[in-house]
Amino acid sequence: MRHSLTAFLSRRGNRLLRLGEPMVWLNAGAVSLSMIAVLGLLGLLAFHGLGYFWPRPVALYEMGPNSRVLAERVSVEQVDRAQLQAAGYPLPAGAGDIARLLLKRGNRDVYGTDFVWLLQHEIVRQSFPPDALRVEREEWGNLYGFLEAVLRDGEVVADTASTPEATWQRFNLELERSRRIHAQIRKLEQEQIAGISRRLERLQDKRDSPQFRAEYAALESDYQRALRKLETLYAEDARHAYRVRLADRQLLTLPLGQVVRAVRPNRMSLLEKLDYYRERVWEFLSAAPREANTEGGVYPAIFGTVLMVLLMSIVVTPFGVLAAVFLNEVAGQGRITRVFRAAVNNLAGVPSIVYGIFGLGFFVYGIGGEVDSLFFADSLPSPTYGTPGIMWASLTLALLTLPVVIVATEEGLARIPRSVREGSLALGATRAETLWRVVLPMASPAMMTGVILAVARAAGEVAPLMLVGVVKLAPSLPVDGIYPYLHLEQKFMHLGFHIYDLGFQSPNIEAARPLVYATALLLVIIIALLNFAAVTLRNRLRERYSALDAG
Amino acid sequence: MSTHGINIDALQRRPWDTIQDADVALSVEDLSLSYNGAPALREINLRIPRRRVTAFIGPSGCGKSSLLRCFNRMNDLMDGCQLTGRVLLEEQNIYSPEVDVSQLRRRVGMVFQKPNPFPMSVYENVAYGLRIQGMNKRRRLDEIVEKSLRSAALWDEIKDRLHENALGLSGGQQQRLVIARTIAVEPEMVLLDEPASSLDPISTLKIEELIYELKSRYTIVIVTHNMQQAARVSDMTAFMNLGRLVEYDSTDRLFTNPRQRQTEDYITGRYG
Repeated sequence: MRHSLTAFLSRRGNRLLRLGEPMVWLNAGAVSLSMIAVLGLLGLLAFHGLGYFWPRPVALYEMGPNSRVLAERVSVEQVDRAQLQAAGYPLPAGAGDIARLLLKRGNRDVYGTDFVWLLQHEIVRQSFPPDALRVEREEWGNLYGFLEAVLRDGEVVADTASTPEATWQRFNLELERSRRIHAQIRKLEQEQIAGISRRLERLQDKRDSPQFRAEYAALESDYQRALRKLETLYAEDARHAYRVRLADRQLLTLPLGQVVRAVRPNRMSLLEKLDYYRERVWEFLSAAPREANTEGGVYPAIFGTVLMVLLMSIVVTPFGVLAAVFLNEVAGQGRITRVFRAAVNNLAGVPSIVYGIFGLGFFVYGIGGEVDSLFFADSLPSPTYGTPGIMWASLTLALLTLPVVIVATEEGLARIPRSVREGSLALGATRAETLWRVVLPMASPAMMTGVILAVARAAGEVAPLMLVGVVKLAPSLPVDGIYPYLHLEQKFMHLGFHIYDLGFQSPNIEAARPLVYATALLLVIIIALLNFAAVTLRNRLRERYSALDAG
Repeated sequence: MSTHGINIDALQRRPWDTIQDADVALSVEDLSLSYNGAPALREINLRIPRRRVTAFIGPSGCGKSSLLRCFNRMNDLMDGCQLTGRVLLEEQNIYSPEVDVSQLRRRVGMVFQKPNPFPMSVYENVAYGLRIQGMNKRRRLDEIVEKSLRSAALWDEIKDRLHENALGLSGGQQQRLVIARTIAVEPEMVLLDEPASSLDPISTLKIEELIYELKSRYTIVIVTHNMQQAARVSDMTAFMNLGRLVEYDSTDRLFTNPRQRQTEDYITGRYG
């Protein structure tokens, strides 16, 4: 038997093709690979992001009688021995890699950094002291130590040496009180004083009116009263302090008012840990960030992202639909329409940063500057709309996602059977009536598809936003209780930019890293939720206008 | 053709002269139509009698549907469509510039080959044409919807499903719904473009019965592929071929005693 190889292969190939089996395997393989990639990504984000909120045990590492570290273990890695030796570490004889621990030691106010590296073999003893205290503070990050005493007006009112449990209870009691005072302070500052200053600002406009003086005096006295109250609260808050002993036996006395949360992780039961976990996740979702975004929550960023996407959808949907109707229904299907359509499709491929630059030049400086000189000339040269803000960001993204909506809507319009249009026309409806009453409702699922794609694209876009309105930290939300309630000129925070800021701009990379994962996971979840909402809406529309499947 | 039984009168007169002037609902005069230069209809002359059923038969592509679509100016929607000649509806040329096309289509309703209900409730489908005319009074709408559905012999079947999606109905029901929708706006004339070609035999039968019922009130023109159907439902039949009107006569005469060789070949099945 003498067959040439090619003949053999082609016979073989033909047989495989005829069976179709390998194709099925290839398809299935491609699908599973994509699934694994997506699940792996989500799993990674979830593992790193969600683990961050769990209370880790606090360990006391002893390297010698006077060298002790109280810290949370973040990670362990194997380091090449030669590399360490080259760096000047004295190493014991032997071979193989050396284990190195990354520890979160906290107390940045004392030591300068939050994190410290420790070589495994240097550790003489490791224990988990039940009284180890972990304090989250408004400033300087976490504190790790042992509670020594609770103080009031500089006097010790309870100390651990004599009454350990009572001191812990007193500490928590005072903490509760301090938290209440803080809530009052926040309310006073944010609502009353901010409200008064806004009203004062508006009063400036009617400086010439007769009531000006009286109203001004009333506001002024309100302001003074609020200020006095604030001072009393601050004074009350400053009376309380707590004293801790650090691992190196230093004693520190710190104001209680700075404490956000204090726990003894090594003593916590599973239930307490779960409760703590819930509390911290909720804080992450509902609170504003602290400490250059490395602590606290991301609520303003969630709010900014969702609001921006909603504004964008409100703008892009009507524009996209109108353009698609024009291209598909009104314009003759000639060469010019084809050129237009190709141009629109190509817009989808323009890099997003180009849209950002266009938005900055056209919307912010062009239109915004014009609006300022027409309506807000009083406050010039400080710009009102002539500066990046949430409205310009929404418009820029609307422009960016316009092609997606147009293409999807056009496809929907093209798929509507001619017979249905003719049916409407045959009853005496005009083309406009047919479009409005029959064609557009039937194309609405396709429009929703366009909006879904637009939302997915817009929510994940960061680059153009950096030019037209996103900031690292916005002082207030773009929606509040002060007229006109929606402040479109304000800058805003965005989850995508928050991730970038945490990951690459943070002064405290190690502290920010878990938050990068958590925020990324949150962004993915929010985009998924927005999409889910839109898909649900589309399915409902499809059920109603399912003529396409029937015809 | 044998020598006996030939109606000499019929040979000598032009076919449309068989209808008295007073009975003419629509007359076509020297109508020619072309799509992008390709002729579809050539010099058609024909008179449609009032409150009768007129059938157009002929092989595929003979122009019978094109001719039908000239009666309510549906051809206007086609790009590159050119038309000469006149179509007179109650003595007014529907192609003269002052004619309002929407108004014309209200007077001349049309039912298409494939049932094309709108993706709305049964009720809204029937009320559609009325709402377009600006009628919004609930009681009046209810009345007309019921009356139209009864006329279309559909009321008893779906009176409990008025507010369900019309797309849930069977094909035959959908087609009768489309007929109800068409007669709800009280047209003078109803054009049926192969209304039963996508339906099963029982639904077809129901449509045919319906046509028979409706002809006392409306002038009906039906295009059909099915010669038995034409013979069953129509009073007048026109046979068309290659864009020309070959023969037009009363249905009985055309089927029993065609004057043209082409017609005979077609109705006896000798035509390919």
